[in-house]
Amino acid sequence: MSGFYRADAARLAALVQPDRVHRDVYIDEEVFALEMERLWSRSWLYVGHSSQVPAAGDYLTTTLAGQPVILMRQPGGELSVFFNRCAHKGAQLLLDEQGNVGKLVRCPYHAWNYRLDGSLLSLPLKNDYEGSGIWESPAGQGLSRPGGVREYRGLVFARLSPEGPAFDDYFAGVLEILDLIADRSPVGELEVAGPPLRSEMRCNWKMYLENVNDSVHPISTHESAAHAAKTVGDGLSGAEQEMAMEQLLPFGASYSFYTKMGARVTAHGHSIHGTKFSLHSGYAAIPGYQDMLREAHGEARAHEVLSFSPQNTVLYPSLALKASPAMLRVLQPLAAGRTRLEVWALAPRGAPEALRRQAVNYTRLVFSPTSIVAHDDIRLFESVQSSLQAGGNEWISLHRGYRGGAEPVLPHDVDDGNDELLMRNQFRAWRDAMARSAPEAI
Amino acid sequence: MTPQEALVLTQLVVREARLVDDGAYDEWLAMFATDGRYWIPLRPDDQDPELQPAILYEDRLLLSVRVERLTTGKAHSLRPQVRCLHVLQQPEIETCDVAGGTARLRTRYVYLETQGDQQVVLGAVAVHDLVQESGTWKIRQKTVHLLNPDAPLPMVQLMP
Repeated sequence: MSGFYRADAARLAALVQPDRVHRDVYIDEEVFALEMERLWSRSWLYVGHSSQVPAAGDYLTTTLAGQPVILMRQPGGELSVFFNRCAHKGAQLLLDEQGNVGKLVRCPYHAWNYRLDGSLLSLPLKNDYEGSGIWESPAGQGLSRPGGVREYRGLVFARLSPEGPAFDDYFAGVLEILDLIADRSPVGELEVAGPPLRSEMRCNWKMYLENVNDSVHPISTHESAAHAAKTVGDGLSGAEQEMAMEQLLPFGASYSFYTKMGARVTAHGHSIHGTKFSLHSGYAAIPGYQDMLREAHGEARAHEVLSFSPQNTVLYPSLALKASPAMLRVLQPLAAGRTRLEVWALAPRGAPEALRRQAVNYTRLVFSPTSIVAHDDIRLFESVQSSLQAGGNEWISLHRGYRGGAEPVLPHDVDDGNDELLMRNQFRAWRDAMARSAPEAI
Repeated sequence: MTPQEALVLTQLVVREARLVDDGAYDEWLAMFATDGRYWIPLRPDDQDPELQPAILYEDRLLLSVRVERLTTGKAHSLRPQVRCLHVLQQPEIETCDVAGGTARLRTRYVYLETQGDQQVVLGAVAVHDLVQESGTWKIRQKTVHLLNPDAPLPMVQLMP
């Protein structure tokens, strides 16, 4: 690997300026490798949802910053995360995306058996290892684990590196959002509504995450979808205006709508876009739901929960979520120009079925690989990724709303929802993380 | 069921695919029944597309939004031009009740979609549930079981 950026901290730092970023943050493979080492490995990344692994021995497999991991429910109810790699030769232990292992995990290669807590239970020809030193080596220590695991209101996060910010510090100022989303359920619990919609895009992961906070793009990027919905919708009577149209038509909302919706940014790149209202505020009320939440959480909390419906909340760098419709977007970076996306619809337990319906419908309509809205976005991400090869101007502008001066003290409320401060704040966290040297091998 | 009646059913499936390939989207849409649906489930045994996530589940209204967008020429995502090809096996008639006006056909096929230098290849089995509407067979539901609905998919902009 070239040391063009690895060996030159000043050059790496110069990629991010207060009002613009250099194209290499999106297209350079060495920068991507450094991102995985320095930013992703030390961040708290979304692993999965508690509802996917309800019983002892239930597991799911996924990747974090390209590394294969297992989320496993323990007999005592707690959740563990292991690397999905046998301590012996490195074989992948669990091959399905989810399942139940029973009482032990058995490697298909040489039959090493692990307990659910990852410790080594047995292996064939054990006597042959006598005096070999294996029990003092990592191979004899059972399954390796990431540096930290934490469940919060059903969402499970892990930090790959043993060192890095503590969970509560890392997500300070945004954990309240997870509370607000979970409290959309009268029993305070969400569940996944089914498997995720998966997409693969030929673009950098940051492009996707910046676009989540980009309220200036819909009116032009999604013009064709909004126009088609309006053309068809205009010919309908009010009774025929179903949920789908309620979800599609707002893509034509004006610049001034977003200007007024407000935002908040916090340390480590997180953001809440639409603190005052959002496109999602306008959905028709669900009969009986308001009373149900009042009874469960009290008048004040129910009001707080229901009136909070931002456009998007970003838990940098792996997760974007919506409160209503309740859903998660999980990013899995594969290379500088390749990103996978998983979109999960969530259903609040004990709440009217209409909420599940709303989330299922929205994820399909807006984020499926066949969605006419997603096509507009992905086509642009992919064309930007390739056109950044152009010479001349090597910089990407983040100037909107920038007025110079010191960086804001975080958390910071942003008055104008269209201010590119939300993207600048992501790059501020990026720059700070990238300035650290590589963590020790784990 | 007479050989003539069987031919009408299988020809309907072939025509449905050809109209998409030819970009005759209005004619394609007209093949669906008033309450027609187009469903691409996320898992083979999915039962309820309104309560379970799906890759696609659209009624005539949403399909007409899709067709409107495909035909107005405003969509930048469709430039350069997106083209597709359904390569069908012989449709199999699973059930047919001529008197009751319902039939089900199952068709294995390969779907190709191309844009610029990219090409997507999908294997699929389509189930066509047909119904007689005013003496004509219409599509009550087209269900597409992709071979890899669980895989991360690239954009699929036309109709597999």
